[in-house]
Amino acid sequence: MPQTTSRPTVIAADQLTKRYGDFTAVDSISFEVPAGESFGLLGPNGAGKSTTMRMIGGVSQRSGGTLQIMGLDPEQQGPEVRAHLGVVPQEDNLDQELKVRDNLIVYGRYFGLPLSYLRPKADELLDFAQLSDKAGARVEDLSGGMKRRLTIARSLINDPRVLLLDEPTTGLDPQARHILWDRLFRLKERGVTLVLTTHYMDEAEQLCDRLIVVDKGRIMAEGSPAELIRRFSTREVLELRFGADRNAGAAEAVEGIGDRIEVLPDRLLVYAHDGEAALEAVGNRGLSPLTSLVRRSSLEDVFLRLTGRSLIE
Amino acid sequence: MGSHEHGTAESARSDTGAPGHDRPRETGEAPASSPALPTAPPAAPGPSPTPGPGGAQGPAYLNSALVAHPPLTSAAKARRFGTWYLAEQHLRGMKGYLDIVIAYSVGNPLVYLFAMGIGLASLVDSNNAGGAFGGASYLQFIAPALLASAAMMTAAGEFTYAVMSGFKWWKTYYGPLATPVTPEQICQGHALAVTLRIVAQSAVYLVIVLFFGAATSGWAWATILTSSLAGVAFGLPLMAYSATVTVEKGQFALVQRFIVMPLFLFSGTLFPLSTLPWFLQWIGWISPVWHATELGRVLSYGHAEPGWLSAVHVIYLLVLAGGGLVLARRVYARRLEG
Repeated sequence: MPQTTSRPTVIAADQLTKRYGDFTAVDSISFEVPAGESFGLLGPNGAGKSTTMRMIGGVSQRSGGTLQIMGLDPEQQGPEVRAHLGVVPQEDNLDQELKVRDNLIVYGRYFGLPLSYLRPKADELLDFAQLSDKAGARVEDLSGGMKRRLTIARSLINDPRVLLLDEPTTGLDPQARHILWDRLFRLKERGVTLVLTTHYMDEAEQLCDRLIVVDKGRIMAEGSPAELIRRFSTREVLELRFGADRNAGAAEAVEGIGDRIEVLPDRLLVYAHDGEAALEAVGNRGLSPLTSLVRRSSLEDVFLRLTGRSLIE
Repeated sequence: MGSHEHGTAESARSDTGAPGHDRPRETGEAPASSPALPTAPPAAPGPSPTPGPGGAQGPAYLNSALVAHPPLTSAAKARRFGTWYLAEQHLRGMKGYLDIVIAYSVGNPLVYLFAMGIGLASLVDSNNAGGAFGGASYLQFIAPALLASAAMMTAAGEFTYAVMSGFKWWKTYYGPLATPVTPEQICQGHALAVTLRIVAQSAVYLVIVLFFGAATSGWAWATILTSSLAGVAFGLPLMAYSATVTVEKGQFALVQRFIVMPLFLFSGTLFPLSTLPWFLQWIGWISPVWHATELGRVLSYGHAEPGWLSAVHVIYLLVLAGGGLVLARRVYARRLEG
């Protein structure tokens, strides 16, 4: 991307494609990630995000296009590429037969790191992940949030400058998510390049400097969260609920208010620069919704605009 | 905690603490790979010159003086020693059920040797005037067979459910897959760990056999190798098969019942193969247990056998083991990198 030429490129994908038989999971997508950036792939389940991540991580062969990680081709130089990365997979694959601390040490051994480094490093990482008191626990005794934090701690054992995170907070409760976000943000502050997939717009807004919106294996849009919202949505959104069967009918009555109207099964979305003014206009037409809410536009609205569908279905 | 000031002194304290885990050859660092890569210097304490901006002291990890070796060193080491690293992981995992491993290694021989080598043998030997066992006692005759069979049975456990667990149940293969090691090394590491377990188990078995006075030759120690070879000759092709199983609906139980048990019973283990009807003798010929058993009999009490036949035994076992490994590596690579 032109605006990022000052920083070295960590990941460069050009026309990257992955096919499984007749099904095209990733359909010739191109993007670049400069060092230190926090880059997101936002899209619904099945959009091809994880497949893309697996190709970047050097564990899945591509069907077409080119891909370079640190200037290396993951298919030719898999071990070298993977040695640069820290990977947090979508599904925790911790070693259940090992204790919490041993999970970090054994994983570090795969990088050829000596025990004299790994033992103290494991303790630091457990502290970082707030798991020090669980060092000797069995993995299966950890909560979901703890397992996730352990997986992130594990991915840092080799001091990676690039961290790949596939749906890092899916399935976690809000508090656990905030702890994770804090940790990721601290890493970002240290200059670690983050590449993450998510189908949570708030996560993308919190963590990503720049993101691509992906649907059905293709890139729908690219930019910073603020840019995307500015480009594809209005400043504010008025949400109206008229009751399950009356939303569609009410849409006609609301027509003309705001820039654009979306009809969802449970509510109407009126896109307008000034949400309160729009609400007033609705009242002036003699309409009385059951509930109304004025909020700022989010990436969810961007996605809805781009694909006509909601992120979480 | 503020107690982690393991600084540069850490690296000076070389690996005195863990003789079992650090391979001696690895201490030599790979040549400091000049990174022809557009990255920042790998593992610098942090790109920003200010160590703790705005009170972001935070956890020790963020201000750590512990620096990992560069990525290209990791890659070079993994290329050379990856199989060992994975074997190490499996052996650590086995430590979790070490009591079972030991109980099995000691209990299994005791049970079989008492039941058959003592109990059944008293009956057999008293009726065996003609020397159907080439002049050996029944105990001597079956000890090498029990040794080889035990190796096969352990392999049957470690190369079925454990493989399924790696791919599917606990997904233990997928953790290392994201690191510099390769899918082939993931396969080999598992195979190596199980082989080591089988060798250790065979050694324990042989000691017990010696206690029973069931081996007389000075070459008896070598039955550790021949029976272990039976274990991998049976186990590695089985590993390749197990790696193709995506839904476990009882295949492994069938393997136990219809492959392991017949091979145990019809491999010239409890009676000479030649006493079987001709249409069952082929089981012995294809069975790694029979080939290893015959070798074991030569080694442990000097059973008479032409040299070319002994060579056939060894070659057959090596071909099975080697072929199995080649296949298993291929299946692992395809399944893990699909």
